[in-house]
Amino acid sequence: MNAILFTAIWGVLMMLTGAFVKSKTAPGYMALVGISLAFAFNAMELNSGRPVFHIDAHDMLRTGSYNLTFIAIALVSTLIYFLLNGKELQKVGEHVAEYYALIFFVLCGVSLIATFNTLLILFIGIEIMSIPLYILTGSDKRNLKSIEAALKYFLMGSFSTGILLMGIAFIFGGNPNASFFLNNIQIGTGTMPVMIAVGLVFMLVALAFKVSAAPFHFWTPDVYDGAPTVFTSFMSTIVKVAGFFAFIRLFENAFGAIHGQWQNLIVFITFATLFIGNITAVFQQSVKRMLAYSSIAQAGFMMLALFALNDKAKEGIVLYAAAYSLATIGIFAVLIKMEDYTIDGFNGLAKKQPYMAFTATIFLLSLTGIPLTAGFQSKFFMLLAAVENGHHTWLVIAAVLLAAVSAYYYFKVIQAMYFKDGPAQVNNESDITPGYRFMLVLVAVLIIILGIYPEFLIGWMYY
Amino acid sequence: MLGSYITFPELLIWLPLLAGILCFFTGSEKAARSLAIAGSLVVLGVSIATLFYTDTEKHNLYNNVNYYWLKYIGNSFNIGLDGTGRILTFLTALSFPMILIGTAKASVKNAPSYFGLMLLAQAGLMGVFVAKDALLFYFFWELALIPVYFLSSKWGGERRIPVTFKFFVYTFAGSLLMLIGILYVYQHTGPRVFEDGTRVAHSFALSHFYNADLTAGEQNWLFWLFFVAFAIKMPIFPFHTWQPDTYDQSPTPVTMILSGVMVKMGLFGVMRWLIPIFPEATARFDNLVMILCIISIIYASCIAMVQDNLKKLVAYSSIAHIGLMCAALFAKNDISVQGMIIQMFNHGVNIIGLWLVVEMVERQTGIKQISKLGGIGSKAPALTFMLVVIALANIALGPLMNTFPGEFMMFSGLYQFNVWYAVAASTGIILAAIYTLNMIRKAFFGETNEATEKIKDISWNERLVLGFIVLVIFITGVYPQVLINLTKEAVAVFVGK
Repeated sequence: MNAILFTAIWGVLMMLTGAFVKSKTAPGYMALVGISLAFAFNAMELNSGRPVFHIDAHDMLRTGSYNLTFIAIALVSTLIYFLLNGKELQKVGEHVAEYYALIFFVLCGVSLIATFNTLLILFIGIEIMSIPLYILTGSDKRNLKSIEAALKYFLMGSFSTGILLMGIAFIFGGNPNASFFLNNIQIGTGTMPVMIAVGLVFMLVALAFKVSAAPFHFWTPDVYDGAPTVFTSFMSTIVKVAGFFAFIRLFENAFGAIHGQWQNLIVFITFATLFIGNITAVFQQSVKRMLAYSSIAQAGFMMLALFALNDKAKEGIVLYAAAYSLATIGIFAVLIKMEDYTIDGFNGLAKKQPYMAFTATIFLLSLTGIPLTAGFQSKFFMLLAAVENGHHTWLVIAAVLLAAVSAYYYFKVIQAMYFKDGPAQVNNESDITPGYRFMLVLVAVLIIILGIYPEFLIGWMYY
Repeated sequence: MLGSYITFPELLIWLPLLAGILCFFTGSEKAARSLAIAGSLVVLGVSIATLFYTDTEKHNLYNNVNYYWLKYIGNSFNIGLDGTGRILTFLTALSFPMILIGTAKASVKNAPSYFGLMLLAQAGLMGVFVAKDALLFYFFWELALIPVYFLSSKWGGERRIPVTFKFFVYTFAGSLLMLIGILYVYQHTGPRVFEDGTRVAHSFALSHFYNADLTAGEQNWLFWLFFVAFAIKMPIFPFHTWQPDTYDQSPTPVTMILSGVMVKMGLFGVMRWLIPIFPEATARFDNLVMILCIISIIYASCIAMVQDNLKKLVAYSSIAHIGLMCAALFAKNDISVQGMIIQMFNHGVNIIGLWLVVEMVERQTGIKQISKLGGIGSKAPALTFMLVVIALANIALGPLMNTFPGEFMMFSGLYQFNVWYAVAASTGIILAAIYTLNMIRKAFFGETNEATEKIKDISWNERLVLGFIVLVIFITGVYPQVLINLTKEAVAVFVGK
């Protein structure tokens, strides 16, 4: 609960800084302070079970150690993201402080949709999260691709928000309690009434759009490719997993009782997402675009949590959030330093930049799901949850076969870095500071620790 | 100290891991190589020691250890040595010094990473053979693959990148299917109670897997999820297509690991993680699997006969041998399984010897086509002598050689199971004699040519390793009882299930 307040306030502060402070580096430091404080408040709340500043939200927000753990992951990921990309954020444009401010607002939205208990807060949270993203996507004002991506994202995004709102209206009208509260939506366990069914499908479509699940994924490659790379890194990680968290929270709490009635829809979406994401990623030449498709493929794996909807799935999605965010932020932090974004541009990187190549290998192995990395544990939990669910075992088998396909495109980058000779160039040698290398190694170490000992994260969920 | 602080299986995993990690930090090729050889010799020493502490009752503390790891889903870090595991860890421990000393004269680029990865692969292999928890087994199964992937892709031949990648994707897909199988069986295991009283709904422990509550229908498809993973690793027809290319393109030391030790992972997997877990499905499908194995034997032998590439010839002959071992395993009687276990060890030793010879020929002449070689015998008599002994052992031609008792037992076991399978499989021996002797005749006898004229005979390190292999061939050929004694109990337990 404190994370919501604090990120919102700090976002406003950051905006004011932009107006009064001319320095380009100061906002970065201030953002680091802000995110650390937000994390500290959140940790205190997680530790004691009571927020430091208590505000009566009339039960519209519900916090527990489970969603506080998720918020903590989002905040830590953002902290790591700031540390890795501080220099790059300055390069995007003039208004550095505003980018930071917008990211804080996104985090406010993330915290809202992690704790919502009514459909209204869900809607507000999603809007607070999305609108700054439209701006960030278009922040490279001189680049036509960036502007095009922003416009596309905005149009499609507002359309899906409209659908979400309509879904909410149907649910509100369709349940006898006429309530927005999740636990008050009475729909029984029988066949759902038409109004509810329509509302459910609308909400499903809208949220599938937000997490870029097929067949609502078409905006993703263009937007991720067009947006400045530093913001792609943020969008495709923290924002996406937050979307999933909300997705699961909503469907478990509001429609969990009739899981059997909408499970088949999820099966279809999951399979389509996995299939389209993995198969299309194989054909990409640009690493950035490949990562955009891989993020769709990873979304397919996260959809398995929604398919299974049991305890393991809930633990797994948090683990997945951490593993996927860390690895993707890491690989983007490497990508952004490269002169050439194509796969061939990575040829021979291991000789020139051994640290970058080595850590990038760990990130890619984690995304593939090789044991000893966090990626394996998270995929493992998803599969465990899906098998425990007991239905549609073929979907699980399809998921792992497509995971084997994913090895193809992730390993292409490893092959380029280690086994091919070439003139891999980093943009600017002086950007590869010891601090940056240290951060990369730290992220890699975190990934391996999570891969060996995921219990500590899962322990926090039940603290 | 041993038993109370540290146990054999731990030493077998941690020592190569530690030595491997240290290798990455060495500065020169010489330092890395010496460290790797020293490390692998220490591991060998430990492994020899394990052969003397075999009593399940008395030496239980030396051979088994259990740590909590991922406890809340019913998993633990449970490792232990038993008959089969002991002999395979011994094979692993024995092959690495042989490989490293035997190829000590060949210089490698980026030596620290090379030797580091080699030893990491050894650690992974050891883990596979000692793991007693399904999830742990899966961990090591994958981890053994990763260093080998990097070794082959970095230090291999011209087409190494696509070829090694094919190998990787094949095995990765197979093991992911196995993972689903593991998870499904896990859902049907009983609750596990840990020593500290924690109770978990399901369990990854091997013993719980053996008692999993699976219907015949479930076993039928689960059987194939596991079998495909193991069949790819062995490999058995029709999952073998990655193998000849990979053996050809990998650097020869890595090929030795692959064919000497790694294929045994597949057989070991079938023995520990497939047949005992799905007894009903095994009874239903054993004929089908055996027919696949026999197709493997005949098909691979036929291709080997017309093969001009020396490395591919050895690769195909390896497929044929593994096919026989797999068939013997599925015959599931005392004698065939016993034969198969000692054959796993002997095949490992012999094939490493064969690869050493191939490597020497290829390093000195730069060619691997048999038709372009000839007359090596007159230039390198010692090398040729060693080769002939090892090759004859590889065909299992005649008593006194180590493979003879193994093959004999496997065939008698197969004969008990089904006469016709034994007859069909035995054509493999005849064909093996044809292609092996043909290869020796063409490459090692006859006229020398430009390529083979300058060939030098083996140097001391190769002499040492090859001589040692020849010695092992004769010792285990004359007195196979050493190996049989080590594994008798394991066989009885396995057949009893």
